[in-house]
Amino acid sequence: MIEARLHLQRPGFELSLDAHLPATGVTALFGPSGCGKTTVLRAIAGLERAAGRVVVAGEVWQDDSTGRWVPPHRRALGYVIQEAALFPHLDVNQNLQYGLRRVPAAQRQVPLEQVVELLGIGHLMQRRTTSLSGGERQRVAIARALATSPRLLLMDEPLAALDAARKAEVLPYLDRLQASLRIPVLYVSHSLEEVARLADHLVLMAAGKALAIGPLSDVLSRVDLPQAFGDEAGVVLQARVTERDPSWQLVRLALQGSACTLWARDQGHALQQPVRLRLLARDVGLAISPQSGSSIGNQLPGTVVVMAPDQHPALMLVKVQLQAQAGPPGGADDQPPAVLARLTRRSVQELGLQVGTSVWVLVKMVALMEAVAGSAR
Amino acid sequence: MTAADWSAVRLTAELAATSTFVLLLVGTPLAWWLARTPSALKPLWASLITLPLVLPPTVLGFYLLLLMGPAGPVGELTRALGIGGLPFTFAGLVVASVISSLPFVVQPLQQAFEAISPRTLEAAATLRAGPWDRFFTVVVPLARPGFLTATVLGFAHTVGEFGVVLMIGGNIPERTRVLSVAVYDHVEAAQFEAAHQLAGLMVVFALAVVLLLYLVNRRRHDSPALA
Repeated sequence: MIEARLHLQRPGFELSLDAHLPATGVTALFGPSGCGKTTVLRAIAGLERAAGRVVVAGEVWQDDSTGRWVPPHRRALGYVIQEAALFPHLDVNQNLQYGLRRVPAAQRQVPLEQVVELLGIGHLMQRRTTSLSGGERQRVAIARALATSPRLLLMDEPLAALDAARKAEVLPYLDRLQASLRIPVLYVSHSLEEVARLADHLVLMAAGKALAIGPLSDVLSRVDLPQAFGDEAGVVLQARVTERDPSWQLVRLALQGSACTLWARDQGHALQQPVRLRLLARDVGLAISPQSGSSIGNQLPGTVVVMAPDQHPALMLVKVQLQAQAGPPGGADDQPPAVLARLTRRSVQELGLQVGTSVWVLVKMVALMEAVAGSAR
Repeated sequence: MTAADWSAVRLTAELAATSTFVLLLVGTPLAWWLARTPSALKPLWASLITLPLVLPPTVLGFYLLLLMGPAGPVGELTRALGIGGLPFTFAGLVVASVISSLPFVVQPLQQAFEAISPRTLEAAATLRAGPWDRFFTVVVPLARPGFLTATVLGFAHTVGEFGVVLMIGGNIPERTRVLSVAVYDHVEAAQFEAAHQLAGLMVVFALAVVLLLYLVNRRRHDSPALA
């Protein structure tokens, strides 16, 4: 468990956070510029002094009530920032050794070879840091932080300085990292796409406060936060590839916790491989009866559970719970997934939608183009 | 050259070496503070340290003499400590040289320190390096050109100092008569050949120093590794 109770007052800005975050997986701090997410990360690292209490994996790093303050260099954390901040006077290998050498041998849990292999930087070891590309620099910075076997990895917009191609180069390494090292990550980002791909938990921030904290799909499927997500409001769905149709280059995806399946373009994932789908509310339509003679290739049965006003007065956000899996009800993990649909108020009235209405969720196969292939978690 | 001239050369080298050592010891923390402090007093301190650069050396020497003299506060302190008076001693020369050469050491160091990104130091902190560790493994190597410039300029300026040295040290053979004073003596006594020898020596030395600095800085700009 990561406990962060932080309070900070600056001219024109007040940070006030009280969060208990899981010590597993990736927790994203998402919000607009200036909402205080970087300050939270810096305060947890001890690089900035906020009033409050910070506890990571049972270790108290700061507790103002007892006067305890552990300086940053005594906190078992890894910190990666946008600029990478590699040491220009050292080569790649010396950069990796810098942190590693300062960790007592008994506390080293992540072998350097594994880190080097994970981030694919073996061929860069003797290079000067100034000759690296942006993506390579970022991978070295991540490896350098991991080499210290941190109890917590803090990442502040690690991909923000990279163009789309470099981003696509680094992202798979972040996926692999989660799959093979069990180090919890706090990930600051203003890109919902990155968050949807990487995060398991989400802290949604605005103006120095947390608007919502919870599992990623729970927070994303809330209808009371349209301002926070804007045009990108939508859900993330967990699915598995169950069937491949080579004649059309399509795959069938079975949604976790639901009997529903979706057809989407084949992105080359193996059968049974778990994937993450990102489904934006604006790409989802609703109908009160199954449609025929339409190009929409995915129709999923569900029930309206919440309706709420959207950011524009003409629009509404409708949350639909998909049909649960047939058979005995499973555990909490098998909660049927929900999707968000962004509709006009006129459509809502014409269809006579109310809470409890049975509907068909219409998703163009093409809309799953937005789908993000995720990793096995 | 006479034995007296050689003793002036030796004394000058000793004075410059000692002063440079003290200058780095005092100048480094000062430059670090000036480079990092958000204090509102920073311009005042920076100006005070720069003052010897613009003041006539005799003015500086005059005030130092008053401070260190028997009636001055520093003089009273040194006597109370049992060190005795500083004027007309080697220690007095060192103190005066350090103060008059301080800007030549502090400014290059301050610039070198300011060029180091705070992010780089924070990265070192999150990699388990404590404050001293960070200073010696990140700041010093990254500021190495600044340290080199500061050392050379501090040494050279101490060698070239005349006014302050004359005011504080006077002209005592073997004890406070340094090269620049010895040249003055020779010229006053119309011993132009002897003056030529010492003056020529100093020209060669000064040229070598400036050339060295120039070459070092050029190599730094050419090298992609430190770009």
